[in-house]
Amino acid sequence: MSKAPDHNQLIEAKFSVKLSDPLRSAGAPRFELVIDEQLATRGVTAVFGPSGCGKTTLLRALAGLQPIHSGVLRVNGVAWHDQAGSLQAHQRPVGFVFQEASLFEHLSVAGNLEFASKRAPERLGPEQIEEITEFLEIDQLLPQKPAQLSGGERQRVAIARALLVSPELLLMDEPLAALDQTRKREILPFLDRLKSELDLPIVYVTHALDEVTRLADDLLIMEKGRVGASGPVDEVLTRLDVPRMLGEEAGAVVEGTVTERDSQWQLLRVDFNGGHLWLRDSGEAIGQCTRIRILARDVSLSLADEQASSILNRLPATVIGMADDTDRAMLLIRLAVGDAMLLARISKKSAFQLRLCQNQQLWVQIKSVAVLH
Amino acid sequence: MPLSTADWAAISLSLQLATVTTCILLLLGTPLAWWLARTGSWLKGPVAAIVALPLVLPPTVLGFYLLMAMSPTGPVGHLTESLGLGTLPFTFWGLVVGSVCYSLPFVVQPLQNAFAAIGQRPLEMAATLRAGAWDRFFYIVLPMALPGFISASVLGFAHTLGEFGVVLMIGGNIPGETRVVSVQIYDHVEALDYAQAHWLAGGMIVFSFLILLLLYLTSDKAAAGSLQLRS
Repeated sequence: MSKAPDHNQLIEAKFSVKLSDPLRSAGAPRFELVIDEQLATRGVTAVFGPSGCGKTTLLRALAGLQPIHSGVLRVNGVAWHDQAGSLQAHQRPVGFVFQEASLFEHLSVAGNLEFASKRAPERLGPEQIEEITEFLEIDQLLPQKPAQLSGGERQRVAIARALLVSPELLLMDEPLAALDQTRKREILPFLDRLKSELDLPIVYVTHALDEVTRLADDLLIMEKGRVGASGPVDEVLTRLDVPRMLGEEAGAVVEGTVTERDSQWQLLRVDFNGGHLWLRDSGEAIGQCTRIRILARDVSLSLADEQASSILNRLPATVIGMADDTDRAMLLIRLAVGDAMLLARISKKSAFQLRLCQNQQLWVQIKSVAVLH
Repeated sequence: MPLSTADWAAISLSLQLATVTTCILLLLGTPLAWWLARTGSWLKGPVAAIVALPLVLPPTVLGFYLLMAMSPTGPVGHLTESLGLGTLPFTFWGLVVGSVCYSLPFVVQPLQNAFAAIGQRPLEMAATLRAGAWDRFFYIVLPMALPGFISASVLGFAHTLGEFGVVLMIGGNIPGETRVVSVQIYDHVEALDYAQAHWLAGGMIVFSFLILLLLYLTSDKAAAGSLQLRS
């Protein structure tokens, strides 16, 4: 999904942040974030991890809301923080969306948007402002006060406001976490469109794996103030050391194109870089790009192509790695299917009976797949 | 005409004193309240206690030490004399200094509460929307803390109008210079001129009631809330 980043399209982050206990200013910091990463400023980079892992601190440090203790932060070749000094938050060309919409309650929706557009480095024309309000479908809400809006509407206004400041980088801190399922479903299509229609790199902090698999091009997994794994999302999710952080949700993400509709059996054919899959027809148009998530627990292995099986999707694969699962009875198998990577979670007993070994050719059977969008 | 020329002079002086004092207090009190609302410094407690002292001290105590400080041998008197301003006791500006000290908590506390109520988030949000520190202050803090500014102004003004002890200690009773309404009432009473005292005292009650009523009617709960704090 992501290629090697161009040198001028990078967040070079090599720094540490120390959060100290406000009551004990001296002594060891309460929390320390240490990061040494290069992130592409292109597409969506998801920062994923449990709460308290430092992902929000990382985002705040990028925005200049959290002072960097030591190190360097360079974005697209421009130093935002180094030994010479630090750009303050208002000097950094970022847009920030908090978990709570954080609209200015004393201003109307229009006033909130104007607050941003007036301060954009190059003032936006009325057409551009209209474009953004229409994009987020908030043009009807302009005269209202934030208090009159629903949670989803507030968050859409907050996203529009962040875009109106003409950011070079959009930082989103769990923008869906404060919303219920219905509101989430209301916002997600906007995020899809934000990603596909605007040429704006996004760093997206979340603890929800479904948001990662749906939106992310690159993925950075954090644990206890350190980066556990980072890279293109398809690669990171099929790394054998990563699924342990994900547990039952371990699985691969593949991107494909809808190529055929089988109306007799209500199925869709999706071609991806490992072959093709038949999915239940959920109404996607032919030619549409789609993301598919294949959980490790839904992938089983067989030595031969079992024609006499109820499982539709059977693909030839090569074993390229094995590792213990968190469950002591289980193994995680990393498989190459064409150019794609899949994960399978099988019992150690089955692995023994199949005499699984490195580079072994076999067949994967995919019990079910989830279409992400 | 129930009020004499001297009464009117006292009223005018009181209003001038309260206006000047309130303006100075807003200028001084705003940064002080901001610091108190935001700081994590250990100095916060001691400074807050000093600001609140006039709430509990007898005005004579405050007036006495202000008089000492502003006398030609005191540190403030020394400074004002070396600046060629003369000494402050028994002058209008001496009263202003006294009133500023005396009414400080009535301005700082509502402001501090209003600033604290804004929280960090709107300011961070504004910073990410390219608003610098002054920009944030004028377009986020001021409008969001407006009820706090209104109650701080009203309380500072009304409390300065009502001061007596500090005025008497450092200002004495000079007509047109330091004889404010509260002192004028005292004089009337001393002279057993109760009718005149009634007019002025009653007028003070009505006036104070009206501005507090105006405050409660016009500003929202936040401002009224900070009024419940003291006095």
